[in-house]
Amino acid sequence: MINFTLNGLDVAVEKGFTLLEAAKFYGIELPTLCYNEALSPYGACRLCLVEVGIPGRSRLVSSCTYPAGEGLYVRTHSNRVIETRKLLIEMYLATCPGSKTIQDLASKYHVTRVRFKQKHEECILCGLCIRMCREQMQAKAIGFVERGGFRRISTPFEKKSEECRLCGGCMYICPACQARCQGPQEKSAVCNACLNLSPPCLERFDEMMCYMDPCVACEQNSRGEKSER
Amino acid sequence: MSAKGHCLCGEIQELTRDFNGSIIGVLHNIQEKYGYLPENILREVAKETGFSLIDVYSVATFYKAFKLEPKGKHVVCVCTGTACHVRGSDKAVEELSRMLGVDPGDTTSDGQYSLETVNCLGACALAPLVVVDDHYQAQVTPAKVRKMFQEYAANSSEANLPAGR
Repeated sequence: MINFTLNGLDVAVEKGFTLLEAAKFYGIELPTLCYNEALSPYGACRLCLVEVGIPGRSRLVSSCTYPAGEGLYVRTHSNRVIETRKLLIEMYLATCPGSKTIQDLASKYHVTRVRFKQKHEECILCGLCIRMCREQMQAKAIGFVERGGFRRISTPFEKKSEECRLCGGCMYICPACQARCQGPQEKSAVCNACLNLSPPCLERFDEMMCYMDPCVACEQNSRGEKSER
Repeated sequence: MSAKGHCLCGEIQELTRDFNGSIIGVLHNIQEKYGYLPENILREVAKETGFSLIDVYSVATFYKAFKLEPKGKHVVCVCTGTACHVRGSDKAVEELSRMLGVDPGDTTSDGQYSLETVNCLGACALAPLVVVDDHYQAQVTPAKVRKMFQEYAANSSEANLPAGR
């Protein structure tokens, strides 16, 4: 067993646990985009970042790739972590505003504005589809090509891959594919579609609850009737 | 040399002979032999080495040194590193691009010239620098570019541009 400090608590996990797994084990929720239990950790989205080290000498690491170590001092919700995480979500919103997963994250973590140049990409290069294809489907049909700002996901020679069996696993696992619900402000980058609706559930997060899955707030009011738009 | 039409087994054996788990050396061998990375060769190499084709393709597209399209007979390479940029390499690129009628990174339709840019050649004292078929042309201006090509046209029977030292 490995003993370390997690948010001020002395905890112990089995050897080989990552910090993300340890946090999950102790019931601490961390947002992720590129993590999936069934696939190897990749550390691309950085949303699962935590602060490791004593204040003043700490650094931010992606918890999905950082192994739990003896005597670590880990904080998952320090100010620095929360601010950085919000900034990350804001950047994802600036890249990929059409994704429901990202819009829901924005609502959940109170990101209400985008200060970056607005783009409309359909991919956040999280690599989930590649790992799905490779590790679960044993196909190796897609991968990253080119680099830097031109990096994208493609098949060899941009042709239909012979290895591809059209299983659809890549689309199933993609966090950017599911289109966001079309709220009253569908033209703007930040959805906030649920702001003007009364919530049908008990929990309330600053009136935004689009992250409830399935997202019923856009469709229904508190009495279960279809809302008027 | 044609990369099509006959059995490639021997060639593939030859190209992958010093394969030691790293694909980059093999890609260098291919590029040395053909001047670029032909698709059918890459497919055969992937089979031979056990790499998946997408991994080979990822590496081939990642590095600027590898070309997937055939290059021109002569490669004109303009340095656009910091020193060269400050001393006006963009003007040389513009002039070359206008004279050859291609954008940087492309090859003329007659297959004679490829125009390329590179981020630094490590010879900043010679800035701005143009390399034509391994001949270094130092302190290049648009006028010098035009002169270079006039000299080349005069000696067009030679394979290379004259060295400008």
